Amino acid sequence: MSLKSKIIPDQLASGWIRQRLTWEMLLFCIAIAIFMANSLASPYFLDAYSLSDLTFNFCEKALIAFAMAMLIISGEIDLSVAATMALCSTAMGFAVQFGLNTPSLVTVALIVGLLCGAFNGALVTALGLPSIVVTIGTMSLYRGLSFIILGDQAYKGYPEDFAFFGQGYVWWVISFEFVLFLFFALLYGWVLHKTSFGRRIFAIGNNSTAALYSGIHVRQIKFVLFCLTGIMSAIASILLTSRLGSTRPSLAQGYELEAITMVVLGGVVITGGAGSMTGVVLAAFIMGLVTFGLGLLNVPGIVMSIFIGLLLIATIALPIVWQRISWLAKT
Amino acid sequence: MVKKLFTTREAWLALALVVLIGAVTLRFPAFASPENLGQIFNDTAILVILALGQMSVILTRSIDLSMAANLCLTGMVVAMVNAAHPEIPIFILIFLAIAVGAVLGAINGWLVWKVGIPPIVVTLGTLTIYRGATFVISGGAWVNADEMSSAFINFQRDHFLGIPVLSWFAIIAILTIHVFLNHTPVGRATYASGVNPTASLYAGINTGRIKFMAFCLSGAIAGLAGYLWISKYVIASVEVANGFELNIIAACVIGGVSISGGIGSVAGTVLGALFLGVISNALPVINVSPFWQMAISGVAILLAIILNARSERHTGRIILKKAENT
Amino acid sequence: MIAPQQHPLFELEGICKSFPGVKALDHVSLKLYAGQVTALIGENGAGKSTLVKILTGIYQPDEGVISIAGEALMLTSPQEAFRRGITAIHQETVLFDDLSVAENIYLGHAPRNQIGLIDWKKMRELARTVLQRMRASHIDPDAPLKNLSIANKHLVAVARAMSIDAKIVILDEPTAALSTKEIGELYELIAFLKSEGKALLFISHKFDEIFGIADRYTVFRDGALVGQGLIAETTQSDLVKLMVGRAVGQVFPVRNAELGAAILKVEGLSHPTEFDNISFELRRGEILGFYGLVGAGRSEVMHALFGLTKTTSGHISLEDQPLALHAPSDAIKAGIVYVPEDRGHHGIVSGLPIFMNITLPSLKKTSKAGILRLREEFALARRFAQRLDVRAASLSQDVATLSGGNQQKVVIAKWLATQPKIIILDEPTKGIDIGSKAAVHEFMAELVAHGLSVIMVSSELPEILGMSDRVIVMRAGKIAEIFSRPNLHAETLVKAAAGIGTW
Repeated sequence: MSLKSKIIPDQLASGWIRQRLTWEMLLFCIAIAIFMANSLASPYFLDAYSLSDLTFNFCEKALIAFAMAMLIISGEIDLSVAATMALCSTAMGFAVQFGLNTPSLVTVALIVGLLCGAFNGALVTALGLPSIVVTIGTMSLYRGLSFIILGDQAYKGYPEDFAFFGQGYVWWVISFEFVLFLFFALLYGWVLHKTSFGRRIFAIGNNSTAALYSGIHVRQIKFVLFCLTGIMSAIASILLTSRLGSTRPSLAQGYELEAITMVVLGGVVITGGAGSMTGVVLAAFIMGLVTFGLGLLNVPGIVMSIFIGLLLIATIALPIVWQRISWLAKT
Repeated sequence: MVKKLFTTREAWLALALVVLIGAVTLRFPAFASPENLGQIFNDTAILVILALGQMSVILTRSIDLSMAANLCLTGMVVAMVNAAHPEIPIFILIFLAIAVGAVLGAINGWLVWKVGIPPIVVTLGTLTIYRGATFVISGGAWVNADEMSSAFINFQRDHFLGIPVLSWFAIIAILTIHVFLNHTPVGRATYASGVNPTASLYAGINTGRIKFMAFCLSGAIAGLAGYLWISKYVIASVEVANGFELNIIAACVIGGVSISGGIGSVAGTVLGALFLGVISNALPVINVSPFWQMAISGVAILLAIILNARSERHTGRIILKKAENT
Repeated sequence: MIAPQQHPLFELEGICKSFPGVKALDHVSLKLYAGQVTALIGENGAGKSTLVKILTGIYQPDEGVISIAGEALMLTSPQEAFRRGITAIHQETVLFDDLSVAENIYLGHAPRNQIGLIDWKKMRELARTVLQRMRASHIDPDAPLKNLSIANKHLVAVARAMSIDAKIVILDEPTAALSTKEIGELYELIAFLKSEGKALLFISHKFDEIFGIADRYTVFRDGALVGQGLIAETTQSDLVKLMVGRAVGQVFPVRNAELGAAILKVEGLSHPTEFDNISFELRRGEILGFYGLVGAGRSEVMHALFGLTKTTSGHISLEDQPLALHAPSDAIKAGIVYVPEDRGHHGIVSGLPIFMNITLPSLKKTSKAGILRLREEFALARRFAQRLDVRAASLSQDVATLSGGNQQKVVIAKWLATQPKIIILDEPTKGIDIGSKAAVHEFMAELVAHGLSVIMVSSELPEILGMSDRVIVMRAGKIAEIFSRPNLHAETLVKAAAGIGTW
């Protein structure tokens, strides 16, 4: 069976890569539509400063969603991210009592975040436990630790320069949070789609046994992903704590579900193996636009969540329903 | 039968519960008094009921994250109906709560069954929708104790045969779910479709429909719990039972329900819920701040999964031993 | 021997079934007779599994008539098929591991008491009676199914068929996971089912089995019926001719074995429960066969050689260098690769395109400082896909959309791209059609001719005999005997594997 003359093409016109693009197109159209609706509905929307405010709405959650997207693509999930944020914030607040400066506070948060992620990762990869229940447990544990330390108290008195992270602007109306968001969006997109590390994540998510049989260090990679999620939670915690200027144990309650919603809305398959960072970035914009736009119209936050929920179900359901209708039409 | 009810996992959990109660009782003898234990059971009744509904869903390889939101919405509906029409008898309100809850559950089930969206995504979505809907129908207002009728508030506090009606609800739920899961064809199909969906298909079981029915059940149970919760804490608001969905799952996990479906028992789940209930009741007794509760249940969840995983762990093929025997 | 029966118990007529882009079944018909075994024969992709899915109500045919005892009916759902008395026993018996034996038999039709609840006591009694009738009273109705051997699970599956008074029993490659002894027991069961007047449909790739137990045959090719009749009136080569549309003998490539020096040395390799004291040598350019019963520990030894399982003692050396294997990546780095038995779960990564599957273990080579270079990937993937003659529309096609034989080629291509020294093939031709089988055999011969060494685990005697230079026979986790080329005989291998070699 020597060389055959027939050449297999790299890809056909409707190849694998093209198919994935359609989801992002759909999201992009939704984002544009909401943007237009917003600017029509509120005269205050199309203003550099309110658009800048808009970015604060989703940047923190999006930072977590980037790492979460990779984790979900690899077939795992982390429900403890918001609790990790609370614990990181509590640790920073605790450190403030000893007069630590801003760089030290950031270090403290990053270390705590890393430890939280590593603990999740160790339980999942070393003991082989299902991540969804492990992180429900650690979610209780991490937030519980914050409650033990803080009770119904709050930490305040952060250094003045600490406020820059969540309130500062890099240039004109471009906030530090938004710059960080763009930086990590590019970084994570690059890692996921352009590096062999990213490729291995996809392989693990589609078939972790076959990936292991192909010489991939499945457990090590998953452990790294949990650590990354912990670190991103720590960064989100620094931003949120800085923005609020105080720490309570109930900080960032419910963020885990919003981050996961962002990831799923972005087209990442909840069972792992498929997804794109572009989709997650677009989903972050959509969620930010919906929340902010309705906010301008004085619609309370809780009502906006209905739209997010409907959007989540509708964007998943529409392609399925569409496929079914076109299938029926054919036969 | 007794042997079947108490396989090792349930027995160990019961033992842990007894040790926990015993340890507290050593220092505070009143803790183990029948009245106090009855009180703990009554306090945990709603969690027990909810956990049984969640278990039915988890058995089919699904998960219902929307139970607490369903509870909140249904509770608000019955509270508002009660506030507007105090003359409507309590039994009709309870029926209404179950019906509304079942409809909300059916929406989840339908999306899972007919549209084919993964359960975690569906209930993540409906979780936010149901809680948002609570705000919409109430306009963000609370329904307070003074707006509720006395029958609404007091019904579950009444005693029947010396036991509070709330506890009776839990007892009836335990018995009903036990009979349902162990003695009806649909109940057994619930287990079967979690153990092996492919085999279920060949055995003539419609796994999609079983999932749908499990979601209806968990919805109906969440609806019932909605009334019980509102009348127990005599306030209906958007914040009711916020985050409680994870406590419910925690009770199941501690009770030995496998998140991958097919494994779990009524006894285990009830014990899992009671375990959490005993801890929250014991903390004030032994003078530990209630703020410890969350961390302790976190540790309990982690211990439970680690222990369950050990008993479930597949040991490698035993080829050599087989050789020695023959 | 066969009572001539005019009227089939079960009849399919003019069945058509299409999927987007594929006509899976094209006006096929099938007749099953009470008390007789009909073998359904065809290459993979001939439409057998689609037909089974129609029979069990999972698919509905686009056209055609199904009738039982002359009465036309619709099998609209698995429930309906089950109710009509059609039951299937599958390759790896699909039952419920965590439920009891009794419940596995009675799930879906459990006896009920007066108020409609399941009567567990009666269910256990009924289960015991059914098992007794099948002379399988050694199975405890209360035992969880997961504690049973595969053969006993088959018994439970048959008991289930008996309990619903099934008229039609479909045996879908039931022997694939069974040992010789267990296959013998299955034959007895089939005889029993025949004596009970059941109509049996038997699906198998193994001709000795078909000629051993079937009364009639039906052959499918490319979704169409190409022949049917009595087994007694046909021959193996006729059936093969019908199957492939041409005459194909199972011919193995002729090789002039010129073996080099020992490349791999394994000494005293042991595992606490799986294997003990495994020692052998593999020479350059050699095909070393591993034969034994299913569950003899062959795959387990291969897993250890590939770094998947930890061993307690023993040495492995490659080209006289000691080798420490902690993970598959160590083995791959050293040049040992493994083509697993379970292609779908362990071999291919479904959901990823062909080229990503092929380059997965070679990413270090095709990427630069961890950054992917798609052009290099496509070049590498194309080189090896074409070398193995993978039939695909494009390299970006999802590997799951390929046929079994082509998937196997992708898995082998993936490993060749790593330029290995030793390639371990675990049941390389299991469940793939005759055409692909020959291609895989030919390719193995080519590999060793180029100086690679091959370890081939196989349960198919013709393959072991036709391909191996030497054969190691394993029994119960130990090496039973090692045979060299001139001494390879089917009987001695089988005896060594079964432990009756010394009499």
